[in-house]
Amino acid sequence: MSALGDGWTTAALIVVMALVAHEPWRWVGLWVGRDLDIDGEAFRWVRAVATAMVAGLVMRLLVFPAGALADVPAALRLGAFAAGLAVYAAAGRSLAAGVAGGSVALVAARLAFA
Amino acid sequence: MAAIDDGGQVGTRRSALARGIAVALGVPGLILFASAAGFGALARDAGLSLGNANLMMATLFALPAQVVMVDQLARGGSLLGAALAVTLIGVRLLPMTAVLVPYLGGPRGGRLGKVIAVHAIAITAWMEGFRRLPAIAEPLRLPHFLGIGAGLILASLAGTTAGFAAAGVVPPAFAAALLFLTPIYFMLSLIETAGGAGDWLAIAIGAALGPLAFLFAPGFDLLLTGVVGGTAAYLLGRRWRGMWRLDGHDDTVRDDLRDGR
Repeated sequence: MSALGDGWTTAALIVVMALVAHEPWRWVGLWVGRDLDIDGEAFRWVRAVATAMVAGLVMRLLVFPAGALADVPAALRLGAFAAGLAVYAAAGRSLAAGVAGGSVALVAARLAFA
Repeated sequence: MAAIDDGGQVGTRRSALARGIAVALGVPGLILFASAAGFGALARDAGLSLGNANLMMATLFALPAQVVMVDQLARGGSLLGAALAVTLIGVRLLPMTAVLVPYLGGPRGGRLGKVIAVHAIAITAWMEGFRRLPAIAEPLRLPHFLGIGAGLILASLAGTTAGFAAAGVVPPAFAAALLFLTPIYFMLSLIETAGGAGDWLAIAIGAALGPLAFLFAPGFDLLLTGVVGGTAAYLLGRRWRGMWRLDGHDDTVRDDLRDGR
């Protein structure tokens, strides 16, 4: 039986889930961060933890993708990712150029090889 | 330039808010729009109504948690299981929020304003906050970030609606590119905001550890990657900083000796 569906029961479930299971982490972060000194060791550690988590999530999305991206062979995904990084560097650290370059490389590779 | 020409008029809280909202019209807003479109399509597949898909986007406002919740519930998993999965994947918001809070306008900033502002903390707003806030005058940081959050939430709702409407009609190569935008944008943003050995090490170790942790401990992978990888990066980075200081010292001594001879 799926707990999803139309209507107010699902809406209430979503709001309760957000308030009980998810949003409290942001409030705890607010509380932990209130006395954090940007030049202190504690800040450096928390920043390293947050950065490693995001980097790990990036590689998970790339190595174990969902949906349509899973149909693209891993070598092409990683190749397009590397192309995006190269375009970013070549364009003088331009975020927009890197994202566009990587995406174009992925579509081109997908159409040519897959 | 403009700030000087206008005699300080540019530096108002209102214009800081407006410039924050405008962020949603640039690359970050476009990418979030596209990512949210992917979620909209997924939510429709899972049987969620358009209204509830948008409600989930607005209240959770973090795509990984939304995808996990839809996935668990659509497969008929228990509510408790879904709540546990959402809780685990939400842990990463704690350190992300904690490191952004010192940039939200100092201890004097409005408490209510901050509680509202941190709701926008998911990867996109966090990245933009980290990139933009340090360069902004302290009293303008909170309104600027509230603007970034409001703009990005609106962009995500527009994206969810567009994806819900377009589900199934997008060509596969294009759909793959939409899902590819998120990782490449996140990685480039991490590189852009990296400011020292500790950051670079955290990126490298986190990137290597993430997929491994997912293979061996799915569900706990982000927590594991963050705490183990982040701590290792922090410790190595600290040692590295010490070595640089020592090297600099040695060079000076060596130069002094050479000059002396």
